[in-house]
Amino acid sequence: MDEMFKPSRRAFLRGSAAVAAGSVAGGAAAQTPDPLITELQDWASYTGAGVDETPYGLPISYESHVIRRNVEWLTASPISSINFTPIHALEGTITPQGCAFERHHSGAIEMRKEDYRLMINGLVDRPLVFSYADIERFPRENHVYFCECAANTGMEWAGAQLNGVQFTHGMIHNMEYTGVPLRTLLAEAGADVNLDKWVYVEGADASSNGRSIPMEKALDDVLVAFKANGEALRMEHGYPVRLVVPGWEGNMWVKWLRRIEVVDRAVESREETSKYTDVYADGTARKWTWVMDAKSVITAPSPQMPIAHGPGPMVISGLAWSGHGQITRVDVSRDGGVTWETARLGKQGDTKALTRFYLDIQWDGAPMLLQSRAMDETGYVQPSKDQLRAERGENAVYHNNCIQTWYVNEKGVAENVEVS
Amino acid sequence: MSKSPNIFIPALGGTALVLGVAYGMSSRDYAANTIDGYKTRVAQVEAHASAAQEKAKSEAARADALETEIAEIQAAAAARPMDLTAAVPQSGAAYGLGRVALAEEIAAWDVDVLPDGRGLPEGQGDAFSGEEVFAEKCASCHGDFAEGVDNWPVLAGGFDTLADEDPVKTVGSYWPYLSTVWDYIHRSMPFGEAGTLTADETYAIVAYILYSNDLVEDDFVLSHENFAAFEMYNTKGFVVDDRPAQEYAQWRGEPCMEACKGEVEITMRSVFLVETPEVGTESVMNTGTLDGLPSFTAAGPSFIPVSTEAEPAHVVETAPEPAEEAAVEGDAALIAAGEKVFKKCKACHQVGASAKNRTGPHLNDLIGRTMGAVEGFKYSKVFAAAQADGRIWDEASLAEFLAKPKSYLKGTKMSFAGLKNEGDVKALTAYLKSVGE
Repeated sequence: MDEMFKPSRRAFLRGSAAVAAGSVAGGAAAQTPDPLITELQDWASYTGAGVDETPYGLPISYESHVIRRNVEWLTASPISSINFTPIHALEGTITPQGCAFERHHSGAIEMRKEDYRLMINGLVDRPLVFSYADIERFPRENHVYFCECAANTGMEWAGAQLNGVQFTHGMIHNMEYTGVPLRTLLAEAGADVNLDKWVYVEGADASSNGRSIPMEKALDDVLVAFKANGEALRMEHGYPVRLVVPGWEGNMWVKWLRRIEVVDRAVESREETSKYTDVYADGTARKWTWVMDAKSVITAPSPQMPIAHGPGPMVISGLAWSGHGQITRVDVSRDGGVTWETARLGKQGDTKALTRFYLDIQWDGAPMLLQSRAMDETGYVQPSKDQLRAERGENAVYHNNCIQTWYVNEKGVAENVEVS
Repeated sequence: MSKSPNIFIPALGGTALVLGVAYGMSSRDYAANTIDGYKTRVAQVEAHASAAQEKAKSEAARADALETEIAEIQAAAAARPMDLTAAVPQSGAAYGLGRVALAEEIAAWDVDVLPDGRGLPEGQGDAFSGEEVFAEKCASCHGDFAEGVDNWPVLAGGFDTLADEDPVKTVGSYWPYLSTVWDYIHRSMPFGEAGTLTADETYAIVAYILYSNDLVEDDFVLSHENFAAFEMYNTKGFVVDDRPAQEYAQWRGEPCMEACKGEVEITMRSVFLVETPEVGTESVMNTGTLDGLPSFTAAGPSFIPVSTEAEPAHVVETAPEPAEEAAVEGDAALIAAGEKVFKKCKACHQVGASAKNRTGPHLNDLIGRTMGAVEGFKYSKVFAAAQADGRIWDEASLAEFLAKPKSYLKGTKMSFAGLKNEGDVKALTAYLKSVGE
């Protein structure tokens, strides 16, 4: 930099250029000119792909690692299994359909719209059958909702297990659904909608997954959805029609919805008795634990997203959600829960939808214990793992909404840990 | 903010103009009557002006009131978020869409069974005959004694383990209602052949599962008549969601922001290092210890570890795989059709580079391979014998097997009923040949 003070005009200009570059980069000035700038690049000279080369586009090949992943040993067969949304590599709140987690009980089926039938029967004045075209003729609504599997984070009850937010928290997606309110279809059939009644909803696949939903919820915000994020549902998400049960566990969001039966009691199907019931320390189990409580997690940095740039300004980014309504606040701790700072919300959260939060920090290069803590409109505060375990033990499997901790070391490498 | 002054200006100006004209006229000495006339006229004009002024005043007051009202409405609107997304009406309006469901249609789909036995078809089955049906249709995944194979569900045993460190949740130890067992087996099992069990077979299988749980004797007969009376072991083991009372009340309120803990230590590190696993690789157990990790206080970490590794770790980004060779021999359409048929086999068999033995052996290089010869797969006796005889899978033997598996190789564990359509057999064979290449 001494050069800067030499009297020659040329040296002076060179010097100020170096200062300018240094102040922009905030670090070392470039030693040699960047060939990406000084040399003519192929893409700046030759032409690129024409239109129609990919009539339906996939992400560019450089992003091919941003995909759903399965942990093979978790289940007996990929046909009755689950995979995980790459939430570590996504931003904003909307999950692209192509990488939104899948959970099948007998595999994803291919059904044509023309072959689709939806039956409403049971305690109704007129048992009805709708075609897909019929569904599209009812007044429709648009809503963004998260769908979280009740078993999300279920591996982590007994301790820090899977090393990646995709695997600890990736059984979730968030889409904008277009659909017909269930109450509209119930009214069309002249259903008995007294609040002591239930609707039993059932899928058309080989598992014919069925769940009982209390009438109060059925009349509230449940949607019979046929589009997500503006396009048709993907096969793996129930094309052509699925149920959307906002804020409630994903298992109830029956895919390939084929039947809605109005009944006078819960059916007590396999998925609401032997599964999706939460066993507590004394061996008793809670059933009908439908609502997904408020939860949050830092998606970057995280084990799959280490800090690659060293100390300096950086963004801590994460997701928060609540099945009880809007996220009102998220706090972030960098010291394992000793001190908390209130994070910035990407935008005011929608009800029962993912909310993005940020904490913009100057990282000094010291290790961190990163945590996030969500609050929702009911005033509920996301509990710690210890609080949850004190209430429920370690074998509940479902509904683990604990505060997650990432240990970030001095090199920026992050790991899933538990803290005192 | 009032506009009243502006409203008054035209009325006052009009009066001044009239008065000015009156003064000019009088100075020319016109007859008194003319002056009187003007005086009258002035009085009239003044009265008029005064009335106009009154009217303007009242209109101004009215305008003020309206303005206040508008301001109030605007303030109220601003306080409310603008929402034009009115929800679809709650009820009522029949759109006349859809058609009436026929009784036969309802009977075909409405097969759910309720805990009180409603929905059960007539029929019966005993545990003894259930064992046979179970061995044929269920044991390949659930084991001969309902003990579960690999990761498939265990159906028997586990009594009084629900409070243990590793609870065993089986039909016997956990399921609260017998109706659930019947309903699920009848509509969703066997895996890959759902909906094929008769009512009697289902009664028999359910009876056998109860027997395998030591809940009944082997001569126990289950039927639609005694069904509802059967009480399961864990019926009373469930409570309805009580989180609102147990948890929500204590987890509400303003959370701690500072000095919430004294010192924080890492108590456990991640067990499995599975970040971006590649297909076919096993999870890596974490051998890292807690040694060398700092504790944390409000002042920050207790120390900054000195790293021994040379380079910072980076996420391994899987390089995009090269496009698969497009050249597929044979009839591509037939192979594609065969791939669809293979969906019927996928529940138990795998093919491809990462294929493993599952409930059935992998099917790579099937044509030309000795029967019963896949390493590491536990075959039935009939397949072991076929291997000993050196029998080979060729297109003819495969076609015969696929048409009726259980008659071609009597005693096979494969529960598949067979492919009725000859075209499906051809397509499937073409597909299996294509994946073997």
